[in-house]
Amino acid sequence: MASTLYEKLWQRHLIEDKAGETPLIYVDRHLIHEVTSPQAFANLRFLNRTIRHPERTIATMDHNTSTRSLAIDAAGPEAANQLRTLAKNCQDFDIEIFPIGHQNQGIVHVIGPELGLTLPGTVIVCGDSHTATHGAFGALAFGIGTSEVEHVFATQTLRQTKAKTMKIEVTGQLPNGISAKDIILSIIGVTGSAGATGYVVEYCGDTIRSLSMEQRMTICNMSIEFGAKAGLIAPDETTFNYLANRAYSPKGQLWQQAVNDWRTFSSDADAQFDKVIQLDATKIKAQVTWGTTPGQVTAINNNVPAPTDFEHPVDQHSCAKALAYMGLTAGMKITDIHVNKVFIGSCTNSRIEDLRAAAAIAKGKKVADTVSAIVVPGSHRVKQQAEQEGLAQIFIDAGFEWRLPGCSMCLGMNDDKLAAGDRCASTSNRNFEGRQGRGSRTHLVSPEMAAAAAIAGHFVDISAAEIA
Amino acid sequence: MDNFTQHQGLVLPLDIANVDTDQIIPKQFLQKTERVGFGQYLFNDWRYLNGDITQVNSQFILNQPIYQGASILLTRENFGCGSSREHAPWALQEYGFKVIIGTSFADIFYQNCINIGVLPITLTEAEINQLFTQALHQPLTLAVDLPKQLINCSDTSYTFELAEFHKYCLEHGIDSIDWTLTKLDKIIAFEQQLPAWQ
Repeated sequence: MASTLYEKLWQRHLIEDKAGETPLIYVDRHLIHEVTSPQAFANLRFLNRTIRHPERTIATMDHNTSTRSLAIDAAGPEAANQLRTLAKNCQDFDIEIFPIGHQNQGIVHVIGPELGLTLPGTVIVCGDSHTATHGAFGALAFGIGTSEVEHVFATQTLRQTKAKTMKIEVTGQLPNGISAKDIILSIIGVTGSAGATGYVVEYCGDTIRSLSMEQRMTICNMSIEFGAKAGLIAPDETTFNYLANRAYSPKGQLWQQAVNDWRTFSSDADAQFDKVIQLDATKIKAQVTWGTTPGQVTAINNNVPAPTDFEHPVDQHSCAKALAYMGLTAGMKITDIHVNKVFIGSCTNSRIEDLRAAAAIAKGKKVADTVSAIVVPGSHRVKQQAEQEGLAQIFIDAGFEWRLPGCSMCLGMNDDKLAAGDRCASTSNRNFEGRQGRGSRTHLVSPEMAAAAAIAGHFVDISAAEIA
Repeated sequence: MDNFTQHQGLVLPLDIANVDTDQIIPKQFLQKTERVGFGQYLFNDWRYLNGDITQVNSQFILNQPIYQGASILLTRENFGCGSSREHAPWALQEYGFKVIIGTSFADIFYQNCINIGVLPITLTEAEINQLFTQALHQPLTLAVDLPKQLINCSDTSYTFELAEFHKYCLEHGIDSIDWTLTKLDKIIAFEQQLPAWQ
């Protein structure tokens, strides 16, 4: 019988599917960080449990780290305590860790792929909802809670309900200046913020095939923002070329065996999906969120909607609530929205290609006097490469601050927070109320759009002549 | 984990869609390494003025006198969307919520609730609308019967669906790790047939 990529991944990892029980699946790789792991370690100790496969777990420090200093206590005593707790837990349980300043340290969803820890055909979990990022390699990757982190520690397995399948086919050539972020925001705009709840989504079509691994990661990263359990892109030559010779990738004969195996991980031509969505890439415009969920998004050349533009009373209510929080007036042009902060970073858009795209816009320009802008690379490796390529200097010359890697202002667990009333063009993934700081206002955009907003002081259509 | 069979309690009608985990428990409270101490910060930014725990926002429904002691949260679609933080259901549980009723839940949040013994119940939009109409009008008490998968209201009742294993674990307070560890022979056999690269 024809199978989807998800069904093949599921079948490969299914240990037991017994009537009356939730299916038990195997976990190949477990990524951990300081925020969602301490209570899992504490309970292991309390119940005298062991970690079955410490070698299948890798730890990094990212959520709580300072982007100004490599000192462990630079983001405050509570953050330092959590970071030290992670270090001690990893030492006690024999888990490999990349602490602050280590050359492999960075955002968990940036370092996994760049180190070759993320491999096609595997199941990857992490106590973080953006784990779907790794699905760009054809891995079944999803976020889990702390009880499940402990379950993986103790058993190297998880109990999972089988998801429904959704195919999102994107075809045609992307217009100039339009990138992966615009594709995924367009998709979420169509489906709404819960459109894929209960589904695993596979992205396919010639537009997706033509994307780099970095761009594919941006798309899979935001799968959770429309409710999907996971996002998948079938592995191909682009995937294999990216992974070859990475630090933790299989080597030699094992590499060849792996690639041969990985080639089988794609949906059969006649595989049936529970739902299919099609998107014409040639019609995608630069996207800007106007509300407080990622689904409240529109194209740069549109206006801010009014509650009456929505049919359903719940959507009307959500729109009115979002406009009040965001301090926006229905009907105003998106290009008339002025920002005073710009954040380029996060597990969505902090990889080398994202920085190249933003730098191309910023080159030779100046950040507006009314704006303060920061660039936070996703990892030390990204930072080093950006410095070698001269991107860091372009940002610095244009008036952006060039920071140390970490999650930073995406969620503001460290001191990179917005103040109440600040309005930010952000390349991150969530525009929830208070996400970047209490009372702050977030507009999600691509790296190109964020750089352009930093320079102009307001949103601009980057396909128009004034910037391009 | 405590077992869950029947629960009778007061309903808090939180008439907001897409309540995300950043609203349930903001990030500044995630730096703890313990599992307790989150209840007082539940819905922090809505519940307190200027985010200051000493300044109660009397406008927020959770703070209104008639809803004090509520243990059943009534909400709308996509509750618990966003982050995987289990701190969100921990905060709800520590505040006193044992049941959450909505039109839909985010997947990770739903599983986190099951894992800690909070019962998430999905009803249709029409049923949710009925419950909101009642609970916003006057204090509403519901009786939830897990074995019968039934919610009893004064004059009506609602049935709900729940996966068999979730129901079993909640009813009997099963720790799913202990359960899985009884399958260790199957896990070991599975590992032995994994390809070398994997």
